[in-house]
Amino acid sequence: MKPSKPYRVFRNSALVVVVFALMAPLLWMIAASFKTNVDIYDTAKAFAFSPSLKNYETVLQQANYLEFIGNSLWVAFAATTLSLLLGVPAAYSMSRFSMKKSALVVLMARVIPGVSLLVPWYYVFSNLKMVGGFTVLILSHMFVSLPLIVYIMMGYFDGLPTELEEAALVDGLTHIGAFRRITLPLSVPGVATAGILSFIFSWNNFMFALVLSGSDTKTLPVAIFDFVGYASIDWGGLMAAATVVTLPIMLIALFVQKYVVSGLTAGATKG
Amino acid sequence: MSAVLTPRTDSPEAPAASVDTTSAWSRWANDHRKWLFAAPAMAFVAVLIIFPVAWTGYLSLTDAEGSVRAESEFIGFQNYLDVLTDTDRFWPAVWRTVLFTGVVLFFEVILGMAIALLLWRPFRGEKWVRVAILLPLVATPVAVGMMWRLIFDPNIGMANQLLGWIGIGPQPWLAGQHSALPTTMFIDIWQWTPMVVLILLAGLTSLSDEPQEAARIDGASSWQRFRHVTLPLLMPTVIVAVLLRGIDALKTFDILYATKGRGGGSFHEVETLNVYAYGLSFDYNDYGVSSTVLIIFFLIIIGVMWALTYRKKGLGR
Repeated sequence: MKPSKPYRVFRNSALVVVVFALMAPLLWMIAASFKTNVDIYDTAKAFAFSPSLKNYETVLQQANYLEFIGNSLWVAFAATTLSLLLGVPAAYSMSRFSMKKSALVVLMARVIPGVSLLVPWYYVFSNLKMVGGFTVLILSHMFVSLPLIVYIMMGYFDGLPTELEEAALVDGLTHIGAFRRITLPLSVPGVATAGILSFIFSWNNFMFALVLSGSDTKTLPVAIFDFVGYASIDWGGLMAAATVVTLPIMLIALFVQKYVVSGLTAGATKG
Repeated sequence: MSAVLTPRTDSPEAPAASVDTTSAWSRWANDHRKWLFAAPAMAFVAVLIIFPVAWTGYLSLTDAEGSVRAESEFIGFQNYLDVLTDTDRFWPAVWRTVLFTGVVLFFEVILGMAIALLLWRPFRGEKWVRVAILLPLVATPVAVGMMWRLIFDPNIGMANQLLGWIGIGPQPWLAGQHSALPTTMFIDIWQWTPMVVLILLAGLTSLSDEPQEAARIDGASSWQRFRHVTLPLLMPTVIVAVLLRGIDALKTFDILYATKGRGGGSFHEVETLNVYAYGLSFDYNDYGVSSTVLIIFFLIIIGVMWALTYRKKGLGR
């Protein structure tokens, strides 16, 4: 059924408004990152300004951002890989043996406020002299990734027919062999979805890194505060820093849009 | 003939499988695969959750301060009494948490539903709209907070410039004692409405067309079709969206911290329970009280979740 013309006109204009409302602030942030602070303070130069790379020079050279980018990449990558190793088999088991209560234990991690875990973690890990190191950061980020991965993969395995596994068993493979050689290769799209989402959430995580990272292990969301002084803000530098934090993750999301969307909506339609 | 006598060595696949089944370890592993697979993940989460929650529960009954070590004294439910009668910081924080969550959920669901309905049927340029919807969702919340901080700056921000063009005077936005909380709500709505859109859109696309068609043939208007056909069918998905967003909205931290800093601003104007508990823990090291606040906060979240899933089950029947 084809929508009527007045509706199409209404829909198109409404969508233009939606796209503008969602995109304009981001574009404004990127534009400001190319302005000098003088231009940012001059409202007459809101749109007409000569772009400068000075802020990016500050961010990447003086503010040590290359190191922080490396930290963020390493923490997100390690937390994602380890969470996949723990989470994918767990999700498989929970899906095939419908372990509802066990799944609930893992999903509790989604519900609990992070602050309530941080005080005891901070106490224990600082006694172990681990605060400020990568291990504790990766562990805390795994705490975010693992429930996400279990949740997504459980849904994925629920939707995977068991017939192929059964056929593999008849052909002489063991249960674990069937999982490894049949189910796992079939679930590559699911694993990709879970991995990408986990990477994004770890990259964006702020509170755990705020408390548990040290000056050498600072991740990007924490490093962004270096541009906020007590008295004044280096707006140009701040916007360049914000752009450096968000742009990579946005680009990844754009290239793998399908996976991000299916991950974010996983389990939503089962009711 | 030798193939008949030793069939196992003949096929290239069989040896591996037969070794697998005969090894004692792999037989054990196969029999216990249910827990072998699930236990490591569960143990990880349990160790990182159970001990901290139990300890938070214990700390809430002590006067731990400055340091969480053993010198603190057991004081029973004194903290709970103090916190629950604290009309200075605690109850305002509860009220802000409830208000923040309620308002953002209301707007995110209404706007999310409207946008999802707009996107429901295929149209030209769909790809671009989907990009626009995805980008705020994956943007780092702290960076989003900084971005809006510039836009809402009272002196140099674009928001006041836009208002100026249509003849409205400058607003204090994040800087105002009363406008800060609504402004942070706006930022949350900007970032997370797309999440509701995606969930509802997934729900809409999974609906079958037949009830719609039947209602159309019966002469129902498009509003009637939405109200009496689409909405009831979509209700379980709406509740999933409310549940997912609700839990996160109750725990909002990044945007509030990025825009107003410690303590939710100098007048605590955006101090929600989460921000309050964080401040008590890491700015004041007031562990006994912060643990009490956290336990109460936790009970509120569990209560809200229970209420929503209970309702979900009721609707499912």
